[in-house]
Amino acid sequence: MATTESPVEKIKAHSDYLRGTIVASLADAASGGLADDDTQLSKFHGFYQQDDRDVRADRARRKLEPAYSFMIRVRVPGGIATPEQWRTLTEIAKSHANHSLRLTTRQAVQLHGVIKRDLKATIRGINDSLLDTIAACGDVNRNVMCSPLAELSGVHERAFEVAAAISEHLTPRTRAYHEIWLDGDKVAGGADQEPIYGSTYLPRKFKIAVAIPPQNDVDIFAQDLGFIAIERRGELSGFNVSVGGGLGMSHGEPDTYPRAAEVIGYCAADRAVEVAEQVVALQRDYGDRSNRKHARLKYTIDDRGIDWFKRELAARLGFRLEEARPFRFLRRGDSIGWVRDHRGAWNLTLFVPQGRVIDSDEHRLMSGLAEISKAHCGDLRLTPNQNLIVAGIPDRARIGTLLDEFGIAELQAVSPMRQLALACVALPTCPLAMAEAERYLPELGAKIDELLAKSGLADEPISLRVSGCPNGCSRPYLAEIALVGKAPGRYNLFLGGSADGRRLNSLVEENIDEARALARLDRLFSEFANRRREAETFGDYAQRSVVESS
Amino acid sequence: MTSPHAALPIPEAGILELRETVRGFDREQLLWSSGYLAGLANAAEAPRGAVASATTPDPDAWTILYATETGNSRRIAESLAQRASESNVKAKLEDLTNVRPRLLSRLERAVFVVATHGLGDPPEGTEAFFEFWHRDDAPRLEGLEYSVLALGDSSYADFCEIGRRLDTRLTELGATRIAARVDCDVDFDDDADRWSSAVLDRARRDSDIAAPARTVLRAVPSAVSRSHPFASRLLANQRITGPGSSKDVRHIELDLASSGLRYLPGDSLGVIPENPPALVDAVLKATGIDGGTTVRLDDDSVPLAEALRAHREITALSRPLVDKLAARRPAVSAILDDRDRLRELFRMHQVIDLLSEWPARWGAQELVDALRKLPPRLYSIASSPDANPDEAHLTVAVVEYERFGRLHWGAASNFLAAGGHAIPVYVEANEQFRLPADPDTPIVMIGAGTGIAPYRAFVEHRREHGHRGDNWLIFGDRNFASDFLYQLEWLRYRKEGTLARIDVAFSRDGSEKVYVQHRIVEQARRLHDWLERGAHLYVCGDAERMAGDVNDALLRVLEQEAGLSPERSIERLAELKAGGRYRRDVY
Repeated sequence: MATTESPVEKIKAHSDYLRGTIVASLADAASGGLADDDTQLSKFHGFYQQDDRDVRADRARRKLEPAYSFMIRVRVPGGIATPEQWRTLTEIAKSHANHSLRLTTRQAVQLHGVIKRDLKATIRGINDSLLDTIAACGDVNRNVMCSPLAELSGVHERAFEVAAAISEHLTPRTRAYHEIWLDGDKVAGGADQEPIYGSTYLPRKFKIAVAIPPQNDVDIFAQDLGFIAIERRGELSGFNVSVGGGLGMSHGEPDTYPRAAEVIGYCAADRAVEVAEQVVALQRDYGDRSNRKHARLKYTIDDRGIDWFKRELAARLGFRLEEARPFRFLRRGDSIGWVRDHRGAWNLTLFVPQGRVIDSDEHRLMSGLAEISKAHCGDLRLTPNQNLIVAGIPDRARIGTLLDEFGIAELQAVSPMRQLALACVALPTCPLAMAEAERYLPELGAKIDELLAKSGLADEPISLRVSGCPNGCSRPYLAEIALVGKAPGRYNLFLGGSADGRRLNSLVEENIDEARALARLDRLFSEFANRRREAETFGDYAQRSVVESS
Repeated sequence: MTSPHAALPIPEAGILELRETVRGFDREQLLWSSGYLAGLANAAEAPRGAVASATTPDPDAWTILYATETGNSRRIAESLAQRASESNVKAKLEDLTNVRPRLLSRLERAVFVVATHGLGDPPEGTEAFFEFWHRDDAPRLEGLEYSVLALGDSSYADFCEIGRRLDTRLTELGATRIAARVDCDVDFDDDADRWSSAVLDRARRDSDIAAPARTVLRAVPSAVSRSHPFASRLLANQRITGPGSSKDVRHIELDLASSGLRYLPGDSLGVIPENPPALVDAVLKATGIDGGTTVRLDDDSVPLAEALRAHREITALSRPLVDKLAARRPAVSAILDDRDRLRELFRMHQVIDLLSEWPARWGAQELVDALRKLPPRLYSIASSPDANPDEAHLTVAVVEYERFGRLHWGAASNFLAAGGHAIPVYVEANEQFRLPADPDTPIVMIGAGTGIAPYRAFVEHRREHGHRGDNWLIFGDRNFASDFLYQLEWLRYRKEGTLARIDVAFSRDGSEKVYVQHRIVEQARRLHDWLERGAHLYVCGDAERMAGDVNDALLRVLEQEAGLSPERSIERLAELKAGGRYRRDVY
């Protein structure tokens, strides 16, 4: 293992608790971007510097810097927002961003295309609505996820409270955020401190989710730390704890790999915050700070062994986790449409294509949802599948009318495969993207729909995930079918993930184009249709017929 | 009678030494040396009080006074001085920016070469002279013999205004006109020559004592000139405003290899354009004349279309065309009698508008005669010759707009942007706009739009030569995202430390319009500090509004930060100007 600190570690260490030179960068009107070091620190404040890669070369020829803008990620713990908060986000998206909201696979909301001189007003507006952006990105605990499940809201309510408590407990304490964005008072020299993180925060990002079986919509096995709700007599009793999930890898670097989390025990519900703090602290102290590609918790565990990890955790907690309780996941997707909860209120899960809340001529999703949020008195829940639940609706008819009026109802008629499909943002804004993903998914999805229909599989809920690079933002390695970008128009094809999200898929073909991928899938679909076993999922079929037989 | 040498600023021994030093220099070395010396002269900050001629003028000598903005008046005056000296006529050259107004009272023989700038204004730095002599209490000038050559641009309503008013005023004050005033348009060579000859004839008759010809060390003109331009090749033609911009600004690179052309940062490149073919067609259509009709141009006979394309100005309006049209259209005649409407006419209309709005029966020859010669266009050079040997770069706003339902074009900008042909060019020196001679002197460069061009040359040059003086750019345009000209280069210079600071003002980005003058006031303290450190200020770009607004902002800085009274601020700025520390290149 290398022993020199990575450059980002130095930037953090010298940043004075995430201040860096952000204030000076914001004031510099000669560039639309930030000073280099500040582009690292900005993530902790919840935003990334990006540029429109479609126009980068053209602007360079014109002697203009790249068309910089910023993606701001809004933390929404557990994905629950009030209608007022939703309306605020919609308004900010119109006044300061690119007239769209993007629902993420971590139940957060992203604003894209915010220019530097609007950053402060945007972040302020978000905070005014009692949401925030701090720690939405960066080497800290990110947005804490929680199954937004409506059917079991007795358990959900309590599980959500735990998720929110973990989120609050692990929020950075630096005053820099308030100072820079909210004109908070300056802290006198050296007064800032981070009781949990310390001055260099974590070696890498950290992801936590709370899952409520039988729903594994949060993809618990992709998380650094997972809490699987265990129910007893309709009440939440505690959580199975899973650790070491993470899907990022780099092409051609065998030391990097996706890893599914493993369940290491059980804790009572009221100890979850403590467990979370100690797992984070353990990773803070032992995580690799020399190589960012090897800095997630999964490598810390694999490098030292799971037994070491359990011992170390027990020592820090002062108690051992109990034996894990039995649990069963059945699905990961959202059930699009209306459902009644235990109190008899209606909940509507809306399919949001690619998570893009945007107005087009036919489908005015953004305006329609803003209108619904005015009429609605329950809450709005962002799902880990980038969909939106309008929860606790007393008047179903009124919402139904609005869905028709704004052309949203028509959007809901998509195949189960399309409902489950995920794609990361990729081109043109993501600096890491090697190939198209989000912009390409509708076209690819339509073609795969045709193939499925041809084999009589149109209603089969097969998970398809497309990623513009191997870093895994759309969690491709837990999909039954995944395409991971290598170069424009070229992908690696992965097959064999399990439907419940517990088993990773495997690479079956490298660097192939669409025609080749579709031909392969076409053959496989028809085989699957003819040879599948009773209740066998496509992922399981591919695992035994392709992965294990090769 | 004193010898003409006595008037030289260097003692004879010094002249001999100078000759010794340059003995054996070839033509190019001599040329370079003259430029080098000129640069030294230009940079030397004349001490206050010494700017005005202190010696008693020789009453027999002819004093040639010039007021120049672009350098044309100075060149004509220099050429007249040279011819006078060759004819053994004693003559002394004076720049009106350097003389006290009252000097005139002590002269018996004065000839003026006077340019009119912008909207009827005197050239930069000569305002005080004209104000003094137009005052009601101006002294009488009974003993003075004089003549005026007026330079101007007949595409402005106040054509040659300053020269004309001076001529009238001197007569009013009792002076005697010894040769009729001549008003020159942008194509001034022949008219200036005619006037110079008339003046010299008169001077020779006066001068009965033959004095030895004086030797003047002066720049030998390059073989390439306005009348013999170099056919340069277009090396690059890149739009540098973004796709969403309201303006099409090009970065043009021209190949000067083998031209023998030399320039310094601050100089301009004269471009001899051809008119856009579509405009030629529009003029032919508006007049109904066949483009094949032969017309006479000086000694040549060419088809009308060719004359309109390459020899006559058909974009900007000029006075003869208006006069011709006024003779047959009373509506136009009425405009001529109304100063405001006339100004408006010149401001808003081009040749095609006049021909279309007041159609008349034009003969081909008559039309050509009513149009002035196609003048060259000057562009501030945007490159350092040392950073880009054998090249000159230009920053060109392509002018194309619709008005009165018709398309209008800028001749030279479209000629450059169209490409695909040789570009005839020459160098027009601009001694008024030079880098400080001291490489450690800080500079503040204030500019809007394509006014950024000479600053690119300045910074490239200082970087190339490792000059250590701090450089500060204050730039304004419309939109940050698309109109920050050469943004990548400026940011690179700032990162590497060549540029100490960049301030920008984009007028159309926010709800409030912000211009460079606002940044100057915001940075008043810093700007004052820089001035205290000896910084030179430069202003380049729009003359109509920016130059004045920036001037006001600078006055405010002096009032606010130096605690000067408004009057004293004005004086202080004038001192900076006189000391060569506040220079403007506005158009």
